[in-house]
Amino acid sequence: MSTTERLLTDEVRESIQALFPRYPTRQAVTLPALHLVHEQFGYVPPQAVVEIAELLELAPAQVQDTLSFYGFFKQDKPVGRTRVWVCRSIACSARGGEELLEHLCARLGIRPGETTPDGRVTLEFAECLGACDFAPAMLANETLHKNLTKEKIDELIDSWK
Amino acid sequence: MAHYEPVLLANIHKKDSHTLAVYEAGGGYRALRRVLKEMNPQDVVNLVRSSNLRGRGGAGFPTGLKWTFLPEGHPGPVYFCVNADESEPGTIVNRVQMEFDPHQVLEGTILSCYATGAATAYVYLRYEYPLCYRRMQAAIDECYQAGYLGKNILNSDFSLEMTIHRGAAAYVCGEETGLIESLEGKRAWPRIKPPFPAVEGLFRKPTVVNNVETMACVTHIAGRGADWFKSMGTPPEPGNPRDPGSYGPKLFGLSGHLNRPGVYEAPLGITCRQLIEEFGGGVWHGRRAKAVVPGGLSTGLLTEAELDTPMDFSGPGKVGCLGLGTGCVVVLDETYSMIDFLLNSCRFFAHESCGQCTPCREGTHWALQMLRRIKAGRGRLKDLDLLLEIGDSIGIIPGTTICGLADGAAWPIKNAINKFRNEFEDHIIQTNPDGYMVTEPVEALEDPQQRDWPAVRQPVSA
Repeated sequence: MSTTERLLTDEVRESIQALFPRYPTRQAVTLPALHLVHEQFGYVPPQAVVEIAELLELAPAQVQDTLSFYGFFKQDKPVGRTRVWVCRSIACSARGGEELLEHLCARLGIRPGETTPDGRVTLEFAECLGACDFAPAMLANETLHKNLTKEKIDELIDSWK
Repeated sequence: MAHYEPVLLANIHKKDSHTLAVYEAGGGYRALRRVLKEMNPQDVVNLVRSSNLRGRGGAGFPTGLKWTFLPEGHPGPVYFCVNADESEPGTIVNRVQMEFDPHQVLEGTILSCYATGAATAYVYLRYEYPLCYRRMQAAIDECYQAGYLGKNILNSDFSLEMTIHRGAAAYVCGEETGLIESLEGKRAWPRIKPPFPAVEGLFRKPTVVNNVETMACVTHIAGRGADWFKSMGTPPEPGNPRDPGSYGPKLFGLSGHLNRPGVYEAPLGITCRQLIEEFGGGVWHGRRAKAVVPGGLSTGLLTEAELDTPMDFSGPGKVGCLGLGTGCVVVLDETYSMIDFLLNSCRFFAHESCGQCTPCREGTHWALQMLRRIKAGRGRLKDLDLLLEIGDSIGIIPGTTICGLADGAAWPIKNAINKFRNEFEDHIIQTNPDGYMVTEPVEALEDPQQRDWPAVRQPVSA
């Protein structure tokens, strides 16, 4: 690994290091560190795994092992500017969630897990967003959209820049 | 039902209910002040034990008893984890609690840490709850400022550090040892027990893992006493010394085909039909319920005829469900297909099986593959028995897996097929009238992509 060209900025490194006192082991900082990196880059490229491992005094394989277990982290390319999770679990599915997912696939021309070529939207299905009382529901970045219809989705698609 | 004044949800309709000022104005943190002044930790453990509080996360294990499993005189540290990884399909109550009344949860957590001698607490919060994260983090910051967290809380000898740890979209992290592994920075593979977490848990130290709603109950037990808590609910079955009863208030999440989905509070023991009619406003479009998930997808199904089942820790189990679970009810109306229900359920568990134990990893996927084939009109009648065989052979009840995820996968299969077998048989006979027989090698080759989503089409606007 080249020491001159680091991927993680000093700022990210410092925010990872700031978490060390919260945990008795460095390995416990793996998930928070992955989240911090994912937030900044939109994904966790292999080089970042190596640098996180170095900070946490782990083998890169250990960080990679954890990363690959969780469906949340992407490794090949950054997620879109809006990452959308459409709930397909039982309560949403029973009230039209799957049709909404299909509608989004059709409108965006991508399948769940994919990103539009312009990097605008990444579409995902979610296994229960815990918003069953507002079914069908969808999470777009940090915003929960409730009681969705195709019309509401069409408006939202236009608002994602 | 007699009028019941909510306790756990008493604050949520107030303006800015998530702030410390509003919580304190409603009497918040008074219990903590009094306990730190007047009670020693053992008194708090005894108080919670005498209330017969049972964990609200799903298994219903007595909370006070769980605390007593911590080794006596351990040099420490002892860790405390709040399980806020609410991922069971249909389950919504913890979200409402953390969004609208985070301090009620935190006060119970601080009290529980005092009782168990923990100086470090982690709130394991699922990533899909961004608003909960912001509200809980703000509430924790307020607590540090007000002296409810940190060193020498309210000038006592008791100190506590609390950290929110965000998950990354994995259902199995809700299993307590999976949560512990995940917190340690590893894949969330549940551990073989024993040793139980109370003896050797997080960072190999004694650890307690309790659910969010359980924490809120501790707040009120400390404030109002064990007798208040035991004044509602279902008493233990006579002649069963091992039954601690089902006492106290409970939050019920209602969703699915209802007129008024939402989170409601009632004493344990209310019937499922009362929940649907009195709180949920009845089934939508004037229809009847066909089936009802009593407490999160894992717990299985109640039929229409079983809706008078009391919603307490032993009720749903008596009619063949896995248990009360999280008390979150999903209503499916008479037009909804049970094949669709089971396909949805199998898809969920196949997606969320962590892959550690072969019976669960393979069983959930084969069940899904069969359901897909049945749905596509290529089912065989003998598939139903094959599905039941899978259902009977995966999980900790038959003793083939490490954690209970597989039992949760098995119960919807068993309940749906045993209680609605006619519908499955009709579907198979009608959709596959010429009795197309798929051979096993063909089955393995069919649908090689395991497609879980609709086919790609061109954008409408393109």
